Amino acid sequence: MGNGIRNRIGIIVGCVLIMVWCLLPVVWIISLSFKSETAITNGSPGFFPSDGGGAGWDNYQAVWDNEQFRRAILNSIGISLIATLLSVVVATLAAYAIARLEFRGKKAVLTIALAIAMFPVVSLVGPLFDMWRAIGLYDTWPGLIIPYMSFTLPLAIWTLSAFFREIPWEMEQAAQVDGATSWQAFRKVIVPLAAPGVFTAAILTFFFAWNDFVFGISLTSTENARPIPASLSFFVGSDPFNRPASLLAAGAVIATVPIVIIVLIFQRKIVAGLTSGAVKG
Amino acid sequence: MSTVTAPVKGKPAKAVVSDRSRAETRLGQKLVAPAIVLMLLVTAFPMLRALYLSTFDYALTAPDDRNFVGLSNYLTALTDPLFWQTTGVTVLYMVVTVAIELVIGFAFAMVMHRVIFARGVIRTSILIPYGIITVVSGFAWQFAFSFQNGFVNGWLPFVGDDFNWFGQTGSSVVAIMVSEIWKTTPFMSLLLLAGLAQVSEDMIEAAKVDGATWTQRLTKVILPNMRAAIMVAVLFRALDAYRIFDNIFVMTAGAVKTESISFLTYRQTIEQFQLGMGSALSVLLFLSVLVVAFAIVKLFRVDLAQARQES
Repeated sequence: MGNGIRNRIGIIVGCVLIMVWCLLPVVWIISLSFKSETAITNGSPGFFPSDGGGAGWDNYQAVWDNEQFRRAILNSIGISLIATLLSVVVATLAAYAIARLEFRGKKAVLTIALAIAMFPVVSLVGPLFDMWRAIGLYDTWPGLIIPYMSFTLPLAIWTLSAFFREIPWEMEQAAQVDGATSWQAFRKVIVPLAAPGVFTAAILTFFFAWNDFVFGISLTSTENARPIPASLSFFVGSDPFNRPASLLAAGAVIATVPIVIIVLIFQRKIVAGLTSGAVKG
Repeated sequence: MSTVTAPVKGKPAKAVVSDRSRAETRLGQKLVAPAIVLMLLVTAFPMLRALYLSTFDYALTAPDDRNFVGLSNYLTALTDPLFWQTTGVTVLYMVVTVAIELVIGFAFAMVMHRVIFARGVIRTSILIPYGIITVVSGFAWQFAFSFQNGFVNGWLPFVGDDFNWFGQTGSSVVAIMVSEIWKTTPFMSLLLLAGLAQVSEDMIEAAKVDGATWTQRLTKVILPNMRAAIMVAVLFRALDAYRIFDNIFVMTAGAVKTESISFLTYRQTIEQFQLGMGSALSVLLFLSVLVVAFAIVKLFRVDLAQARQES
């Protein structure tokens, strides 16, 4: 009896610890974003803004009024969405072939995908920098979309082929036997079964593109294509020796909002995707 | 597989005419072709180009002074103490962060495996560090450790209020590791949770009935049965940690000897425009990742195919 209660308490304590671990830095950066700029310049240690050191929404207003930051958000959303869409389409074709067809070279595809998942991204930056400048892709959207696609494909192919293997494909024939046309069978039977997998792959791909930093700083030079992580890291404010911590925090919170929304809505799907034989890109 | 006959695309029986299997091969190859081309276009081709460029003394600041120098870039790099020092720091980041993540990640996985209430809330919280931008995590921790505006000095009893964490190597490395561990432990714990779910409850129950203590159940039943999952998690996290870059860039910019091998390569190529030397470092970085991957697979005898249930 006592054992059972002890277990229950242990689990509750564990849950509280997990929540603190995960949310403390998030609460901290939100709290920091409400410290006023003067308080930051004069130094204001402590978790919460000091009395009179609060800024209200001023920092958010200032960040939002910053042209560079607004462009960076736009770049990040556009580039990440396009890369996700294209990557998922290409990966769906490949994953379908891997899950359903027997063909020579299947092992090779999986090996290449695995190798690329482990590839040191930084070692490509030099030659890509050189190549992109030569063919005019430097500092453009496609210049980032292409490498994002290449590096998210392994993750997407893996997640999708794991999902596709679980689909009872014979239901397609069953529907046809029951009088459905092949298009109806595909649309009414296969698409609803495959959609969750495709969706999960899309979310994980989007996370990768949104998070990327190495390509973002090396293959862009202006707000033409610079995504949000790169823009945040180059944001120094007026005094380069004392970075505007509270402004950066406000920017960071804005950049995190899309991720939190996606996590809140799709947490179940993301966990399923991550644990179904997926690898981090 | 199924009792329904699958005339079009099921696995072809051996007796079926080879025409169909040839058509299937053609279709399969056509479907994977775009993915293969895209993956190789941005990796294999630039890597070969790096191999070529690494044999030149080539700086973008003086593009016309491009001289073939053979392997001398490699010699310079490999005889420079800086290269070995950064490699040492990188290995330190990798070993320490992965070891700590493994322990904490396993504890988290145990809790998540047993929890019956509020699953959604826990799952949502654990995904937030996973989804957050690494740069944002770097900033959050850099400011947290800052003595001007942070809270860490105030909370830790054995640290003075004006201690500058980014003033010397040791404490800077700790700060960088904290950010790295915070962000990636959730990923580790989710992979371990998947492994934990595969351990049969009956077996644990049987061990309990036979009088095994909690520690015995953990070390003799649970851990051996999720060995594959642990190894895959370690392999992927270790390779990821070996490529550590974002946190260093944001938190110290490589100051006070916190530079990793990725950061050194980046600095040579993008900041100093030394494409020849940078390419040589790129090739060395690539090779060292291969060595690390190979060492982990051999050392722990990771069976990737088994862990992923691939055929």
